[in-house]
Amino acid sequence: MTDLLAGRALTDAAARRQLNRRHRAERRFKYYGLAAIFAALGVLAVLLVTIVGAGYSAFQQTHIQLDIELREDLIDPDGTRKEADIRQANYAVLVRDALIKIFPDASGRRDRRALARLVSSGADIQLLNMVLADATLIGSTQTIWFKASADFDSLSKGQIPRDVPEDARKVSDKQIAWFDHLAALGLVEKKFNTGFFTTADSREPEQAGILGAVVGSLLTLIVTLVLSFPIGVMAAVYLEEFAPKNRLTDFIEININNLAAVPSIVFGLLGLAVFLNFFGLPRSAPLVGGMVLALMTLPTIIIASRAALRAVPPSIREAALGMGASPVQTVTHHVLPLAMPGILTGTIIGMAQALGETAPLLMIGMVAFIVDVPGSFTDAATVLPVQVFLWADAPERGFVERTSAAIMVLLAFLIVMNILAVVLRRRFERRW
Amino acid sequence: MTAMPDQDVEMGRAPAPMPNKIRTQHVSVYYGDKCAIKDVSLDIESNRVTAFIGPSGCGKSTFLRCINRMNDTIDICRVDGSIVLDGTDIYDSKIDVVQLRARVGMVFQKPNPFPKSIYDNVAYGPRIHGLVSGRGETDDVVEASLNRAGLWDEVKDRLQDPGTSLSGGQQQRLCIARAIAVQPEVILMDEPCSALDPIATARIEELIDELRANYTIIIVTHSMQQAARVSQRTAFFHLGDLIEFGDTEQVFTNPIEQKTQDYITGRFG
Repeated sequence: MTDLLAGRALTDAAARRQLNRRHRAERRFKYYGLAAIFAALGVLAVLLVTIVGAGYSAFQQTHIQLDIELREDLIDPDGTRKEADIRQANYAVLVRDALIKIFPDASGRRDRRALARLVSSGADIQLLNMVLADATLIGSTQTIWFKASADFDSLSKGQIPRDVPEDARKVSDKQIAWFDHLAALGLVEKKFNTGFFTTADSREPEQAGILGAVVGSLLTLIVTLVLSFPIGVMAAVYLEEFAPKNRLTDFIEININNLAAVPSIVFGLLGLAVFLNFFGLPRSAPLVGGMVLALMTLPTIIIASRAALRAVPPSIREAALGMGASPVQTVTHHVLPLAMPGILTGTIIGMAQALGETAPLLMIGMVAFIVDVPGSFTDAATVLPVQVFLWADAPERGFVERTSAAIMVLLAFLIVMNILAVVLRRRFERRW
Repeated sequence: MTAMPDQDVEMGRAPAPMPNKIRTQHVSVYYGDKCAIKDVSLDIESNRVTAFIGPSGCGKSTFLRCINRMNDTIDICRVDGSIVLDGTDIYDSKIDVVQLRARVGMVFQKPNPFPKSIYDNVAYGPRIHGLVSGRGETDDVVEASLNRAGLWDEVKDRLQDPGTSLSGGQQQRLCIARAIAVQPEVILMDEPCSALDPIATARIEELIDELRANYTIIIVTHSMQQAARVSQRTAFFHLGDLIEFGDTEQVFTNPIEQKTQDYITGRFG
């Protein structure tokens, strides 16, 4: 030994220095790793705090309580109690009268209109639906909570500063005085905003909800899953288990990998050109959105499925073939069940990507303003990320918090999907 | 040299000739351009254990896998010549590979039970070949196969446990039980004991000797002692050539070829 190393030993100063250097390098490497993780966690925390901080107030809605006199002479002067007659009445007048009763000083036309703006413009629809549901209410006086209009909702949440000049804010000093008076009377209250989860989009922030986008996203994802899962898995199984290895399959493999890297808007253009313009499918429909997203998700599913199939030990295939199982039996009885956890994980990752995709859907018209909750795959619809995009673009103050709230709903969806992936993987996992 | 590889080895008893089960004639196997087996002709006797020995890479496993056409699964593999099982050429285009593999079972080097229950492992073959119908019949086949593989007493109370929960030796016996559950005529064993400890190996060797009464067995092995212990006929392969084929006792005590002599005395390999 000593001859070989020219008299040097591991206890020499140089060797020790080398050892110390190595130890320091390893410690440093560990700290780099920790720093990377904390940086990632920090960014995530900032993201969540920003979104939740901006969005939590959207889950509350300011309401104003009014005593409404459901005057028969205004609602149903002929006493027919027919739906058509009831529908024709002007319920906004009832709401305004109830306000004027509290504030008799508001006498001019302009004042009255300003006063009526305290309450959401959807108040008349609310009254109409109430009367339609129970015609016996006509003639009585009811105490009803109405949504405050978006500006006064913002005011009560402190989002509109009171100390700026009157002409620089959307609510006048007089309106603020009225609102404060109502609050002093105990007629203003913040309640949980159920409407946010039960209605679709609206021009008025206080009436806008997420349900339309949620249903649109669900319908779109169903189409995506139904199309891309079977096609993706069959393609992966064929390429991995049955296809001969030759130039053609190499070429197909390269193209699938390329497809996974194609910008998603290109798929949107393809959907526009092929599905809408050539096949004439309906615009803005979850059906077409799902088809476009399926094209986008396919490469992800194929690549993940192939990796999962490749991870099944060849000894299992040999065992099955050696037992006289046909190639198809080998795949369906043994290889596919063993690969299923990996395939499902890949599929759910692909679906999560599809859930968050905006650009291709803009191309096929899913960016339209739609106030109805879609009822079928061919109805006009929007999806969650597009809804976020639309609201982020809207000028009204009330949409700021709703944008963040919609992002929270989108994130909740993603978390649910990821939990589902973990649960499915656990269920199907087998050890060998 | 005293052509005894090991003093403890109990030699295969000098066998009376049995009818031929398998005849192979001028079999050559190619992987792409590479020739793995060159013009091998040998006959496998019925109800005998035939051992293939030889150094690593000599083609003995390749040749074994020709007999149930497992090489079909390798794209670049090509087999020339004829292999005749009970009078029919197994490479005939009319032969159904699935049925052939039911007749010629296989046990692999590494125990490879399916990641299913012990019961399902054994029942799988009979089920896919339609050899059983109903729970009762399946139960009987499972019990009989496990019994024959000498595993029944160890697993009869835990048939629903995964096959992979057994020890290595038990797993290999489970694989043998799985192979014999479809009543094959021939069982191919590709180094079945190479992953096992000596006690488990001894257990499998005993089992092979018992199975000989009902099946024709071909075993590939690296261990010359094992070949000497379990087989009646031995074939020695070297670099794709069949060097010598004869009764085990003769091959080990009085080899004709110099290469065989060198190999069994440990001069190479």
